[in-house]
Order: sequence, then C-alpha cells, then structure tokens
Amino acid sequence: MMEFLLPRHWDEALAMMAARPTTVPVAGGTEVMVRLNAGDAPPDVVLDLSLLGAAATWRRQEGTVRLGATLTYTQLADELSGLLPGVAEAAAAVGSRQIRNRGTLGGGLGAAWPAGDAHPILLACRAEIELDSVRGTRRVPARDFYTGPGRTVREPDELISAVVLPVADGPQSFAWVGRRAAVTLSTASFAMALWPARQGVGTGMGGVADRPLPALAAEEFLAGVLADREAWRSGAPLPPDVLRRFGELAAQDTAPVDDVRASAAYRRHAVEVLARRTLARTWENYRTEWRSCA
Amino acid sequence: MRMTLTVNGERHVLDDVRETESLLYVLRERIGLPGTKNACEQGRCGSCSVQLDGLLCCSCLVPAAQVHDRPVRTVEGLSPPGCQEEPHPLPRAFLDAGAVQCGFCTPGMLMATEDLLSRSPDPDEAEVRAALAGNLCRCSGYQHIVDAVLLAAARLKAPAPEAGR
Repeated sequence: MMEFLLPRHWDEALAMMAARPTTVPVAGGTEVMVRLNAGDAPPDVVLDLSLLGAAATWRRQEGTVRLGATLTYTQLADELSGLLPGVAEAAAAVGSRQIRNRGTLGGGLGAAWPAGDAHPILLACRAEIELDSVRGTRRVPARDFYTGPGRTVREPDELISAVVLPVADGPQSFAWVGRRAAVTLSTASFAMALWPARQGVGTGMGGVADRPLPALAAEEFLAGVLADREAWRSGAPLPPDVLRRFGELAAQDTAPVDDVRASAAYRRHAVEVLARRTLARTWENYRTEWRSCA
Repeated sequence: MRMTLTVNGERHVLDDVRETESLLYVLRERIGLPGTKNACEQGRCGSCSVQLDGLLCCSCLVPAAQVHDRPVRTVEGLSPPGCQEEPHPLPRAFLDAGAVQCGFCTPGMLMATEDLLSRSPDPDEAEVRAALAGNLCRCSGYQHIVDAVLLAAARLKAPAPEAGR
C-alpha cells in the first residue's frame, strides 16, 4: 500500500526523504501520475511538494537567478523572458498549456528524459542544480548532473531544491523537431547561449544520446573563430562554412539510438541542421539586438 | 483519506479517497460528474481538461491529495442545471459552427477555449490552434472547432444588440 506524505515545510520534507530513501517526490504529477496511470508498479512512498510554496518562487541575486524547483513551465515562460530568454523559450515549448500549468522544472530534472525540453538550455547556460538533504546542500553543474536515461547524480535522500543560472547578457535560443508541433517528445533539440561579457559560447543537445549533453567541440570551435576574427566587437556576419562546421561538430558529439520516434541517422542529421540554424539565428540576434546595448 | 473540494462552487466532502487516485476519477466516479472525459490518462489528449485554482490542467494527472480544499471548475460549470434553455456562449458557438462530431473531445475543447479567451479575448487563428494543441479530436474536426472558438470570441467581444435569431 502506497503512502502519500504531505510535508508543510521544506525541512520536514528533507527529514521524510532521509527516513525513507525509496520516496518518490511529486509536484505537478506530469511524470509520476503518467507512470501510475500506465500501470507501473507504484512506489512505496510518494512525497508531495505542492504545499511548499517557497519552492515555487524565483529570485534574482546580483548576476544570477535562483529558480525554485517547483516553478511551473507556465511561470518560467511568462515571468523570465527578460532575465533568462532561452529558459522561457524552452519552457514555452513543453507539452501543452495543460502540461505547462502543472509540470515543474525540478520534475523535469528529476525525470531526466534525454529529450526533455528544459535540459539543453540549462547546459548552454552552465546552470547549477541545487540538491538539498538533511546532510546539507550541494550544487552540481548541469553538465555533471545527468548520468543516463532517467538517471542523475541525485542521491535517494536528496530533493532538487533549485536551479541557479546567470542572468543573460546575450541572446539565447532553443529549437527542436518532433513528430507533432506540440505535445510530443522532441526527436532532437538544440539550445544555445552567447555570453558577450566573457566572450563565452554555451550549447546543449537533447534526444541525441543517452542523456542531454553539450556540443563541446562545436563550442570550442566557435569560441575560437569569434576570438580570432574579433567578431564579438565587430559583429561581422558568420560565413556559411563556419555555420556548417559548427553543425558538423555538434553532430559528431552525439551518440543517438534508433527507436520508435526516429532513427539514429535522422537524429544526427536533425541536430546538425538545428545547430547550424540556431547559431545563424542567435548570432544574427547578437549582431542586431544585443551588441548595440552591450 | 477524507477530503473536501469545491466543484463549480459546490462543496463536497468525500471519504476513503486514495491519495493518488486522479482528480478525474474523483469527479466522474465519486461526485458523479461525467462531463469530464476519460481517454488517454497520460496527459496527451486533453479530454479530461478542467480548471484547478483557475489553471487549465489534465485532471487525469492530478493526484486527489493535491486537490484538498481547492476549487475545481468542470465543463458542467459552463451550463449549470436549469440554464439549458439558453446555452453558455461557448457551447452555443460550438453548436452553431458545427464543431461537435462525436462530441467526446468537446468538454475538453470547451475548457481550453474558456482558458484561452480569459487570457486573450481576441485571438487569431494561430493563437487558437496553439491554445488547443493539448486537445485531440479523433474525428479530426479541427477546422470547425477553430471556427467555433473564433465565433465565440467575436460574439463575446461584441454581443448582438438584439436577441432576434
């Protein structure tokens, strides 16, 4: 018989997690209830996070934003398009209005679907995932957080409490392909963030490996090209061979699989095209919108 | 567990509710409101759409324990008993536009439409299609449904001066 725990305070929730390490946290229900309704074996203990209001808020702390774990995708899309435009864009791409109103950032991180829409932009922004337990609080870079399909470094007694990431100082974007225009798991996705102040390039890819992952070689290549050509300062357009090479390098860093939604070859091709187009769009955005106000 | 919830303004006290049974099950099987439809139970079809605390959601994915003491609005709330003579403007528009084929998706479509028009009273067609992306019609009668939403929006924006139809 499944137990359902309803903590009223965060510390109470942590104590419950510590007491019963098989506990499954639930917030919006868009992961846990799907599995229960599908007839999966119910967990022994479910811990409800919906009464912990503080976890559903965000705040700016100097150059960073701290996003509470139970913020919904609707809140992210509606409230953060200024400070974190890529996060807002990715949140707006999730599921349907019904799902975005309930699904949470922390829930998506905990579920850790390789194709989950929120992961690539968190990788691109070098977000840190805050994990909390009675043993203390630690922050894990998003790039070290995912360990496989549905698997993360979260220990059984830990709750995902927040995601911390820097306020955007340049353009960000997210692009994906899927079998429908909405309410479908992405076949492949690509996110990009440019950081003019430190001349940084960030990327993230979804659906093209056993976990979300950055396109490291493509990042390094582009950062080098932009530095060599002094492009951050000049805002010169990027020639087609740079765009093409960026896409090729992104595709080379993938390890996709064949499954019911797409073949590995299709995923590799799709992410190459997405990377190339996303770079073109993001750099154009930098040249025309962001450089003048930097 | 014992729970209370308010559905369409009416308070219900329920006993022996399992915490993880869905709000959809509570509405249909415990309270006896079958307007909210049960289809995929995966949050993909939108047939079970209701408002919880004013937010559109799939009731199949809401554990009952999270609904305790909170207000729910279902499709029955659009046309309360005794008001059948003059349907609510949304079902009226769906009837007039021929947007109801088998009718199974209609309650969810109506709830999504109400949600859209509350946020955006004058949507264009693309906005309507995006807002209804979470609601499947397996008769595939989407064009008439989009027409119905646009018709409802136009009527709500500029109510007919005389009721002479």
